Amino acid sequence: MWSSLPSFVAVYPETLLVLVASVMALVDRWVTRKAVFTWATIVTALLALALVFLTQGTTFGHTYAADQYGVFFKTIFLLVLFLVALLAPGYNRLLGINFGEFYALLMYAVTGMMLMASTQDLILLYLGLELMSLSVYVLVGLLYAELRSLEGAMKYFLLGSFASAFLLLAMAFLYGLTGTTNIEAIAKALLAANLSANKALFLSAALFVVAFAFKVALVPFHMWSPDAYEGAPTSVTAFMSVGPKAAGFAAMGRVFLIALGAAKTEWTQLLVPLAVLTMFTGAVLAVVQTNIKRLLAYSSITHAGYAVLGIIAGTKEGMAATMLYLFLYAFMNIGAFSVIVLMRRKNFLGENIFDYQGLSKTHPTVALLLLIFLFSLTGIPPTAGFIGKFFVFRAAFEAGHTALVILAVLASAIAAYPYLRIVMLMYMKPPEKEVEISLNPYIFAGLMFAVTGVLLFGVYPGPVIDFARACCTGFLP
Amino acid sequence: MEGLLPKIVFIYLAVVLVVTSLLVVTNRNAVHAVLWMLVMFLHQAVLFITLDAEFLAAVQIIVYAGAVLVLFLFVVYMINLRTELKIHNFTVFWPAALFVSVALVILAAQALKDFRAPQPVGDMTPEAIAKVGHAKLLGKALFTEHILSFETVGVLLLVAVLGAVVLTRRIRMIRGEGL
Repeated sequence: MWSSLPSFVAVYPETLLVLVASVMALVDRWVTRKAVFTWATIVTALLALALVFLTQGTTFGHTYAADQYGVFFKTIFLLVLFLVALLAPGYNRLLGINFGEFYALLMYAVTGMMLMASTQDLILLYLGLELMSLSVYVLVGLLYAELRSLEGAMKYFLLGSFASAFLLLAMAFLYGLTGTTNIEAIAKALLAANLSANKALFLSAALFVVAFAFKVALVPFHMWSPDAYEGAPTSVTAFMSVGPKAAGFAAMGRVFLIALGAAKTEWTQLLVPLAVLTMFTGAVLAVVQTNIKRLLAYSSITHAGYAVLGIIAGTKEGMAATMLYLFLYAFMNIGAFSVIVLMRRKNFLGENIFDYQGLSKTHPTVALLLLIFLFSLTGIPPTAGFIGKFFVFRAAFEAGHTALVILAVLASAIAAYPYLRIVMLMYMKPPEKEVEISLNPYIFAGLMFAVTGVLLFGVYPGPVIDFARACCTGFLP
Repeated sequence: MEGLLPKIVFIYLAVVLVVTSLLVVTNRNAVHAVLWMLVMFLHQAVLFITLDAEFLAAVQIIVYAGAVLVLFLFVVYMINLRTELKIHNFTVFWPAALFVSVALVILAAQALKDFRAPQPVGDMTPEAIAKVGHAKLLGKALFTEHILSFETVGVLLLVAVLGAVVLTRRIRMIRGEGL
């Protein structure tokens, strides 16, 4: 009987993360030097990354495929974990949340994301999503003596559960139509039964769109995100603005491009209006924000709108562009949040954009770093943000969505204003108040890593885009 | 007329399931809501029996009606929730919410007119199930093909417990610090 036990090699990275996370949660009481947890997280992230590249293959009767597509997304998730582990310790100590469970929950969330990226089965997709969401709900509510943190966590939890219900309904309809939950078997069954114009399939696709739009915060399903981003501890905001979003796109790729490949015209016509609405709403609402965390929340809504263009393109090139975009977005967004974390003192939030006024006079290096990250978010060359946008727009253009690309460029012109306004405040206004910077070696290393990524991949993106294309080769024809 | 009795049973079960589900969410008394849920679980078990899934029916009674529901009751008694709070901000939009829900149901019903059940796939035909037995087949599928999902559920429950501990621990810490 033992001979029939399936091979677990393909899930070694996930197993490692779960084991380390469980041990960290367990020993927290006995470890007084909390820096141990930071180091454990960093080492585990790097080890898991090595394992991701070493262990590939399909296992458990084709329900889990550690393929190239999964490898790219897992690289993004582990990169996010690595950067957040560097950003978190100083800030968390200040707020009294620097305990083992914090890092453990981060790792559980990453495990859920990795399962989502590699799943071949809708049930596992749902469970991965829940594992990720549940961990992040708790992380958002960590500071819940603060009313806004409680509010953010509550909204995120209620709307997230609602979205999960939509996802289950979509899966139930798809299962009812095809009789299987395996993603590749669904694709085959839809083609064989010639179901592409079926209205019930359209309903299922629409429900999938709603569920994923909630998770990656596309307008009009974005209501939770500004409150959750503002209320969460900034270290968690940095994590959830990139990680769960990338995981949502990974699942979208598997579900829309593979399972629902037969109904491509149907889900495209649902996603296009959402993408336009998302880019413009995010850009316009970011203009009026004065809290920098809310501003970056709306900015991340806009960026999700750009990233979805690659999915809409529906080609190998499009998916590769979305993956590249998310990879580069991790560097610039976590970089920007690292600067916000630097500004936080015991009795000073450092979240109002006027706190950054005249920063170039008092702290020129910090101002320069924030300038680079904001230029990258705007999409100005030679930063990584430009490269990401360029490839996504080109993929959508080549797939024939010319009007959509024109609108996207217009939206990014509007979206430039809030970023450049902060730059203007930093460089062209005199400083009004004394701000102190809480620097420590971890966040210094994290900032250097992020800024190197932004500039290096802005000038020399070749290897990453080639890697993204190679990862899509086996995934899409 | 041999198809009539199963139909009547199904319609009875469907109506009771929908009505009790509504009662669970609309009832202002939390204990009553939990008891309505018990009625719902029992009818769900009968529904499984009519589908020839005896094992699931037994699990439904033992796990849901037996264990989960008792836990629910414990929680309700512990937090001493006599009547549900009525918060104006949450209830003011109910006509709009009702409209959207009804519209969604109508749209879904329209789409489901097009629904076609597929040919059975896989090796679990009714004959195979009758021959090998439910529990064995289910167990085999659960521990080979779906073992990763099974393990993930375990981690998911662990995270739920950990989350509860983390959030209540914060309360103790805040009280300890006198904030």
